[in-house]
Amino acid sequence: MNNHSHLLLVQELKTYFYTFEGVAKAVDEISFYLDKGETLGLVGESGCGKTVTAMSIMRLIPEPPGRIAHGQILFEGANLLELSMKHMRAIRGKRISMIFQEPMTSLNPVFTVGDQISEMFVLHQNLSKREGWEQAVEMLRTVQIPSPEKRVHEYPHQLSGGMRQRAMIAMALSCNPEILIADEPSTALDVTIQAQIIDLMMQLKEDFDAAIMLITHDLGVIAEIAQRIVVMYAGKVVEEGQTLAIFEEPKHPYTRGLLKSIPKLGERSRYGRQRLQEISGIVPSLYELPPGCSFCPRCPESMAMCQERVPELVDIGEAHRVRCWLY
Amino acid sequence: MDLRPRLTLAMIIYIARRLTQGVVVLLAVSLICFIIFRYAGDPVVTLAGRYATLQEREMVRKAFGLDRPFYIQYTRFIANAAQGNFGKSFVSRVPAFGLIIERFPATVELATSAIFISFVLGVGLGVLVSLKPYALRNRFIMAGSLFNISMPTFLTGILLIMVFAVYLKVLPPFGRGETVTIGFWRTGFLTWSGITHLILPAFTLGMYQLAVLLRLTRAGMREVLTEEYIKTAWAKGLPPMKVIFKHALRNALIPVVTMTGLQFGELIAFSIITETIFQWPGMGNLLLTSIYESDQPVIVTYIMLAALIILSLNIIVDILYAYLNPKIRYD
Repeated sequence: MNNHSHLLLVQELKTYFYTFEGVAKAVDEISFYLDKGETLGLVGESGCGKTVTAMSIMRLIPEPPGRIAHGQILFEGANLLELSMKHMRAIRGKRISMIFQEPMTSLNPVFTVGDQISEMFVLHQNLSKREGWEQAVEMLRTVQIPSPEKRVHEYPHQLSGGMRQRAMIAMALSCNPEILIADEPSTALDVTIQAQIIDLMMQLKEDFDAAIMLITHDLGVIAEIAQRIVVMYAGKVVEEGQTLAIFEEPKHPYTRGLLKSIPKLGERSRYGRQRLQEISGIVPSLYELPPGCSFCPRCPESMAMCQERVPELVDIGEAHRVRCWLY
Repeated sequence: MDLRPRLTLAMIIYIARRLTQGVVVLLAVSLICFIIFRYAGDPVVTLAGRYATLQEREMVRKAFGLDRPFYIQYTRFIANAAQGNFGKSFVSRVPAFGLIIERFPATVELATSAIFISFVLGVGLGVLVSLKPYALRNRFIMAGSLFNISMPTFLTGILLIMVFAVYLKVLPPFGRGETVTIGFWRTGFLTWSGITHLILPAFTLGMYQLAVLLRLTRAGMREVLTEEYIKTAWAKGLPPMKVIFKHALRNALIPVVTMTGLQFGELIAFSIITETIFQWPGMGNLLLTSIYESDQPVIVTYIMLAALIILSLNIIVDILYAYLNPKIRYD
């Protein structure tokens, strides 16, 4: 496959954290790609390296203790890891932007929403402060915040959680980025607001023609909107494929476990009351990963060789890859 | 489009409430002052002279209204105090208030310079240290600030005089130098000699505050820099200057500004030691002399004025705090 055909291509990325307890391999040789206008779901439990991957792409890993030890992140063919900070800043926010999980804390409490959104226009589009504010009002209107001329003067604590996340989305999309990285954008919100935010993102994705990398542990959301899924476990990609293929025929025992642990509406009336399945055990500490497959201690289908050697990612069908000794 | 926050009704109510509280506290201080004035030693003895007869003392007591009930005497004290009348100094026989006001500009200029130095250097170094807390240079700065906090003012002052006035002979060791009088205000800011005379005492007075503000800024910045909204600011592609000085410092400054305001009042009111070391002709120096001479009217005037200054600054700080922290404005 030609490297330049992908909008974003992450190759063998390793992001390590060097701490007193040892080296935490938060992201350990992961590779994936994102095409123009595509929605990619990055799935996994807490602590599996999803956020670190996103932060690596933005080059926002705190150094020290963190370091991108190896790999390439090609954005339209140019390696982001080799860019100077000045060039990287011209990409951040303008061409690749990011929204975070906590709308409560990700807006600066001492500046008005308008101030924070207009900053993007002043910074990346050389608009005057006044023009920036006018654009900020327009962006708030775009993300469907009622009476934006009034809201633009308000501080984050005067907005509800859902509105804050809308404001964050407005900020992230203000410069028409090619990639929007959304790190658990709806997790901290209540369910009805979650649905609204996801709908809004999908609609804006069409309007702004941006590719979205959606990081979440919510497979329900993924199923609805992502074209492809990358499943991560303990810093590694364990399965990758088309959403449909993965939902219909999950290959990796971990993916299967994740899918079984989603409650389904109407299940009870059809099959009678059933206990929701769970994946036993917890995510291992990054400091004490087992020598073989890191999922092996929790895996219902583990074999002797799983404890000894790490499996490779193997192709098992149409753009479907899995890291498991079963295949 | 209006880009600045407006003075809202909520804010006016807030200020009015603070002012009312200030008046109540001032009344409480005045009560304490009055008790010192009236009951710490019998003023009749002071007024009539030590060798007066009992009849003469009784006459004085009546003449000055000291036989009247407590509340009437207190009301009179308040009424006089409100007009700046605290009686005459026992020693120099001129109104105590005038004596203090004459010394006021010297102290204010000293304290202003001290707080300016400590705020600028304290916040500047605090930000610098917070960015790379483990760099060797920054560890030295932190150790130095600990040294500053631990060192008593009189020692700092004497050491500075020793180094800069005695050995290096670059700065004058004491006094205020030449001054220029504008209206009632005698200023040392406008002459070269006035400024050189100001440097050592201002550093001495501000040294402790500098260390406190430095440590406070550093702690605040380190906390704020880990916040989510700082990640957002970086993710927007903002240059480091903007992230650090706009997004982070503005949040970290909230407690620092509060502290600076409160300390400013204290510097004005309690610059006694520094003024004594440098023979600075300010209020602190006057207070010390008055205490030696048991000059009660001057002491009471000083206490009332100090209370007024600290209270006013408290109110200003509260208002400033509300301005810096939008969450407070609407409470």
